[in-house]
Amino acid sequence: MNRVAGALALMAVVRGGSSAAAQGSPGTVRNEPSARPAVVVASKPFGESYLLCELFAQLLESRGISVERRPGLGSTEVAFGALRTNAIDVYPEYTGTGLLAILHESLTVAMAADPRLVYAHVSRQFAERYTARWLPPLGFQNTYAIAVTKKTAARYGLATLTDLARAGGQLTAGFTADFIGRPDGLVGLARVYGLHPRQVRPLAPAVKYQALAAGGVDVIDGYSTDGLLARYDLVALTDDRHFFPPYEAAALVGPRLARERPDAVAALALLSGRLDESRMRALNRRVEVDGEDVHTVAAAALGDLGLVTMRGAAPIATVAGGDRGVSGFPRYLWDRRGELAALTGRHLLLVGLALAAAVIVAVPLGLALERMRHAAEPAIGALGVLQTVPSIALLAFMIPLLGVGIAPALVALWLYALYPIARSTYSGVRDADPDSVEAAEALGMTARQRLLLVRLPLAAPVIMAGIRTSAVITVGAATLAAFIGAGGLGEPIVAGLALADTRMILSGALPAAALALLVDGALAQVERMVAPAHRRTHADRGAARPAPGATQVPS
Amino acid sequence: MFLFGWRTTRVRPSLGETALHYPPRLSAREPKTMSLSLSARNVTHRFGGVRALDGVTMEVPAGGATALVGESGSGKTTLLRCFNRMVEPDGGIVSVDGADVAKQPAVALRRKLGYVPQHGGLLPHWSVLRNVGLVPSLLALPDPKAAAEVALELVGLAPGEFGPRFPHELSGGQRQRVALARALAARPGVILLDEPFGALDAITRADLQEAFDAVRRELSVTVLLVTHDLGEAARLADEITVMRAGRIEQSGPMRTLSDSPATEYVARLLARARSASARLVPA
Repeated sequence: MNRVAGALALMAVVRGGSSAAAQGSPGTVRNEPSARPAVVVASKPFGESYLLCELFAQLLESRGISVERRPGLGSTEVAFGALRTNAIDVYPEYTGTGLLAILHESLTVAMAADPRLVYAHVSRQFAERYTARWLPPLGFQNTYAIAVTKKTAARYGLATLTDLARAGGQLTAGFTADFIGRPDGLVGLARVYGLHPRQVRPLAPAVKYQALAAGGVDVIDGYSTDGLLARYDLVALTDDRHFFPPYEAAALVGPRLARERPDAVAALALLSGRLDESRMRALNRRVEVDGEDVHTVAAAALGDLGLVTMRGAAPIATVAGGDRGVSGFPRYLWDRRGELAALTGRHLLLVGLALAAAVIVAVPLGLALERMRHAAEPAIGALGVLQTVPSIALLAFMIPLLGVGIAPALVALWLYALYPIARSTYSGVRDADPDSVEAAEALGMTARQRLLLVRLPLAAPVIMAGIRTSAVITVGAATLAAFIGAGGLGEPIVAGLALADTRMILSGALPAAALALLVDGALAQVERMVAPAHRRTHADRGAARPAPGATQVPS
Repeated sequence: MFLFGWRTTRVRPSLGETALHYPPRLSAREPKTMSLSLSARNVTHRFGGVRALDGVTMEVPAGGATALVGESGSGKTTLLRCFNRMVEPDGGIVSVDGADVAKQPAVALRRKLGYVPQHGGLLPHWSVLRNVGLVPSLLALPDPKAAAEVALELVGLAPGEFGPRFPHELSGGQRQRVALARALAARPGVILLDEPFGALDAITRADLQEAFDAVRRELSVTVLLVTHDLGEAARLADEITVMRAGRIEQSGPMRTLSDSPATEYVARLLARARSASARLVPA
């Protein structure tokens, strides 16, 4: 059981962030009469952030402002990195996170006592340092809630974090990767409380509740407004030393939007102070526990708040609660066939472009290195090192350079695809039949002729094997592209992970797996076509071979 | 890149179905080649610490045939490869037709010299015809395909039957015939052979030796042949050069060697060859 949870967690961490709203075709620009550029509304990859993103988006749309949705951006670094560079315009953030994880400052005693001081501080600092703007808080706090099951609480006598630190050596923690690394996360807990769990497993937000319920871990980091705390009947431990800062939720507005779009800022400010904790917990519960559609819940909430007048549309609660398993899965897929086809097309586009660009660069590179062998191992080694950079980190590096969307995803996928192709090309041409190459040289072929007429054709099967390897890897890696808003089959995977929706995850994962098989099969056909003549089957060659006595040269 | 755009189909004499036949007489139209002389003067070469050639001087007159005989590591193959600059010797002068090879571009030099390696070295992804037409097309001769077909006939392979095949569809002997045809297709003045029949069974080897001897007399091409088999050397060459440890033990016609071996090593080599052939004679 532990192992299953760990594997799930690992997968979830690798898949990391998230993307795409749970409905419709997010990420598309809605054309409004106004010619101004769409406001890019984003979120981080967990349920509440998705919901707030959708609230912002619908609120803006109701005021005639066109919106582009980019929900589920990686972690704090990815989302804020995108905001600073105006790749996105607004996303929901928490004041405590801004203070500790972005400004890298610590919580003063005064701030711990008064949330308003934290807000005042971060809004001043963000304006000075980043020209980013915190709109007034939405009205609720969502702090970390370190949670255990009732059974664990009873067994070890846990009520506070001090109690937890005492029992820590016997417990396995399942924390989100973000929490493990943050100064206001495990690092700080270890410092302030002396909390050192026996083992810490990195878990995705989507799986940590299941892991806890299944006994895979003993303690998790939840959010105080989480709908799932109540669902799984957990005990949230008291922060008796006031370690966690106030985490007031607010709309964080990027420099361009703050400067150029007072209309949009004014519209977003309408939500300030309107969402109290009980309302937010209820909304989260509808999405995370009842399985309602984010779009529907957001529309209903805006209607209730009187911010949007409901004009007949928006049916409430279209998705039945409890029907989130794999039952009726074919039907689920069929209902979304249009959307899935579009995502598959987008996925293929990403893979095709990245792979084509990699072939165009890596094959000539491999050939050139055969002529400069002293440079070969260092050059290919450098590409190999690139493989060891975690995809999520590579994607995050791309954001300051290329923003979010398809461009950084293509560059990252391209970088990953280079190594297997360059390596196989170089090895293939270097090791091509030495007797043939030697004879070709002794009979007067130039080095270039030997490379292009002898080594390259003989190496073709090896090179194609490298390309096929790259292609299959790229199909898998492209699911991560959703994480920086590039779309593709990763969209339902990362959104499903964030919203704890297994069917949604499978609706992306299964087509991606099928696509990997198809792409590999298609390239096997190409491999047959480029195989050197003597390696082809008689049937293949029969077509290519001219009839005896024909004037063409048999090849 | 090349071997494309051959325009004409040559009309060939009908050859029947036999795969092996004696090379046909060349018609008067076929150009005769100018055979070239070879010479090596005081040539030395080291591989790392090993002295592969230690002051070797030898000569092959134009149209002559010399066999380099010796054991593995005697330096015979290294010497052969100095002539087409596959080995660049450390010292001494290697000449073809009186011209120092070190002063000629290697690629142009190699296209003038036929070469047959031990395992044929046929390009596996090219048809027999394209393999044989390699050097003519590298030289941009007017009709490489026709040259290839003539060369195939010279070595006793019917071009219509064997031309479209791929090397892996041939027997070992046929492959070496094709390698020989490829070496001859551009009518070089010299042909260098490195253990060309060494990997073949005895009967096939005898067939090929016979075919090779006929072709060489027909073309009067200069021949330098590396072999470890003294019998083969005697059959195919006018002169035999016995090498050992990078030096020449003795050079001369077979008769001179057998009448007056210059060193004990040569005498031993001869004795061994005689006893091998004596066993073939029934008592």
